[in-house]
Amino acid sequence: MTDIQQPKLSALGWARWAWRQLTSMRTALFLLLLLAVAALPGSIWPQRSIDPVRTANYIADHPRIGPWLDRLGFFEVYASPWFSAVYLLLFLSLVGCVLPRLRVHVRALRTPPPRVPARLARLEHHRELSVDLSSAEVLAQARSVLGRRYRVATTEETLSAEGGYGRETGNLLFHVALLGIIVGVAIGHIFGWKGDVIVPVGTGFANTEIRYDTIQYGPRVNPRDFTPFSLTLDKLTVTFEDQVGGRGQFGSPRQFVADVTTHARPGAPGVRQTLAVNHPIEMDGATVFLLGNGYAPVITVRDKDGKVLYSQATPFLARDNNYTSSGAVKVSGASPKELGFFGNFLPTGVITDDQGPISIFPDARDPALALGLYEGELAPGGDGGSVYTLNTEKMTQVKADSGDILRIWLKPGETMKLPGDRGSITFDRVERWAGLSIRHDPARWLTLGSALLALGALIAQLTIKRRRVFVRVAPGDGVTLVTLGALSKSDDAGLGDVLDKIGAAITSSAGSPRHTPPRQTPVRGSNR
Amino acid sequence: MNTTLALYANYAIYSAIAVLTLAMLAYALYLSRAVPARGEVRDREVVMAGGGPGTAGASPSDSATPVETVNAGARWSGVGLSFSTLAALLIGASLLLRGLAVHRPPLGNLYEFVCAASFFVMVGFVGWSRRRDLSWLGIFVVTPVLLMLMLAVKAFYTEASALMPALQSYWLSIHVSMAVISVAVFTLGAIVALLYLLVDRFERAGRAPGWARVLPGARDLERTAYSFHIVAFPLWTFTVIAGAIWARQAWASYWNWDPKEVWSFIIWVVYAAYLHARATTGVTRQKATWIAVAGFSCIIINYTIVNMFFVGQHSYAGT
Repeated sequence: MTDIQQPKLSALGWARWAWRQLTSMRTALFLLLLLAVAALPGSIWPQRSIDPVRTANYIADHPRIGPWLDRLGFFEVYASPWFSAVYLLLFLSLVGCVLPRLRVHVRALRTPPPRVPARLARLEHHRELSVDLSSAEVLAQARSVLGRRYRVATTEETLSAEGGYGRETGNLLFHVALLGIIVGVAIGHIFGWKGDVIVPVGTGFANTEIRYDTIQYGPRVNPRDFTPFSLTLDKLTVTFEDQVGGRGQFGSPRQFVADVTTHARPGAPGVRQTLAVNHPIEMDGATVFLLGNGYAPVITVRDKDGKVLYSQATPFLARDNNYTSSGAVKVSGASPKELGFFGNFLPTGVITDDQGPISIFPDARDPALALGLYEGELAPGGDGGSVYTLNTEKMTQVKADSGDILRIWLKPGETMKLPGDRGSITFDRVERWAGLSIRHDPARWLTLGSALLALGALIAQLTIKRRRVFVRVAPGDGVTLVTLGALSKSDDAGLGDVLDKIGAAITSSAGSPRHTPPRQTPVRGSNR
Repeated sequence: MNTTLALYANYAIYSAIAVLTLAMLAYALYLSRAVPARGEVRDREVVMAGGGPGTAGASPSDSATPVETVNAGARWSGVGLSFSTLAALLIGASLLLRGLAVHRPPLGNLYEFVCAASFFVMVGFVGWSRRRDLSWLGIFVVTPVLLMLMLAVKAFYTEASALMPALQSYWLSIHVSMAVISVAVFTLGAIVALLYLLVDRFERAGRAPGWARVLPGARDLERTAYSFHIVAFPLWTFTVIAGAIWARQAWASYWNWDPKEVWSFIIWVVYAAYLHARATTGVTRQKATWIAVAGFSCIIINYTIVNMFFVGQHSYAGT
């Protein structure tokens, strides 16, 4: 065995080689399939950006594999390095593919169609006929059939035409439009923001950063620049299906409509508007969406002397389709120890043997509050956690006089005295809350425009055929011999029809042809 | 809500299932009659090459169907087509009745989606049959549609009712009807693609079972499959775009990576890979077609597993 002398590649040579590999069609194909595979885990595992609670629960439930999946980015697939790597490589490959082709295409658009090949009979599609017309008449006929869709170059005896440049134009535009979508998404991430807020009926909110329950904004967004519009929730109408039975229908939501009053800025006159699912409100600089709803029981807590320590609509979060909702009441003004109620609000409450208190219908038909009570320190070290749960680290559960754990069960209007002179709790009435999402995405029109451009260009590239058509005339003995030929760059079932059409136009303009039927050579070989 | 109309809609679907079963039997008889009697076995290739003189400009397949088999089975294929037409009308009637019963487009849940997709597959098949003899395709279309409808009635059935607020939008008609139509065209494309892969295997092995003699040649099948896909792909692209526009209105963000969105994206990418593969030198037509078949598998996953097991905003589309 002798050593094979391989040519040494310089750094530039390697770069060129890598670039050629990356921009090849096969690599693009591989990357496309890889992109499909890489996108898949995001539909299997919960995603932190969509549902952080479910993600946290999943990791907690799978202590062995959960943290590893987390480390590998399976809970943030679409922001993970490997997913980004695939699509960035794909777009790089796309740019590398499109740029040279753009140059070639522009050149092709400027050059006239190529000269007629010497032997038209060698083309896969060709016809021969002889007619009683002059060369000029034949060529004029052919030209009129080809029309404006072809660029035509003629000599005295030949005609060559090329058409269907729209195919390549469409193809290039399609790929450029895909880049436009990516750019639009990126701009949206950099300059856009979104905030969520829970607003009980009768209250309002102003568009300032601190007012949001959660807010995410891009690196180039300054929340101090938010337009100071405000909104009051006057009424929230919610209805649920109670007529139709059957799986997945009874209890389904049927209507969420909010009546709101908006103020474009502080001091501006109020405008009454309707906000509903599918009917967002456009404000200056942001759009307001109605995305969620739930119940906010109005709860009052008094001390042993009847002094009000806490009284407000307290939002509870729905946990199931029947709006069994959980929440907490934190009474930091209680003494000697702070009080924390936690538990469920049930719009149509029943107490079952196996599941305890649950709701059996999402509408407030028979509302009930089922609570327990803790006392101690609500926010040890300043960390009270979520407003919907209690941090019971430094708290102890309060027992009833009987020695059992204290269970509070209240219907609207009812008051319960708390054991050991801790005062009382009253369930005054039920309100609803609306979950609003306020978004700003300055680039969404760029994304949409690019997507529609991509669609149009896609249709063009799939339907337009790139074709070359050639005609040669040769005077024979008293007749003119016409040879037609056609070429296509792609799979083109209709190529023969073009020649038939030209042939028919020439023979019909010559009147009754001398040789009937006109000698036509059928397709020879395969139609490849 | 009109329960009587909803009931009639169900009767129409049951009838469609019965009629489709008859159509399937008729097409099965057609194929079995197409099997030549013993000793009559011809070389398929010879028949294929019959498109010689006198057929200028015609595609080779038009003359490829052996005359004898057509005569033997023609009656049954005619019966099959009649039943297929009737089945298409019955599914259409069922959709119409359900729509009238609930005063909305009948596209609100998976049951209605599958019925509508079956309708468009049948309409596509029957409509195309008017332009070309599709006796060979009959059983391969009718059988999957029959399975789809039985699955719809048995597993996906949802009572006729009003829609949840997120679906109460005119975008339902635009987004879901386009999804239904493109899935129907993808279905026809996948059927022809699978037949291509089968016939291609027969042709390379040099022998084929008797019934396969009525099928067009591999090249013709491959081209037909491609034609279906280049119609379906832009329709799917539009479905995704329309879905994004609607998502922005209903869910505040045009793309959420909801499981259904993820799979719509995967389907789009896989079919894009198919179109790419077909234009890539060095990738055989067989390999490219397998990618198209993979794309259709993704569609099936999208409307079964994703609907039933993956949690997302589209989950109302299931049960």
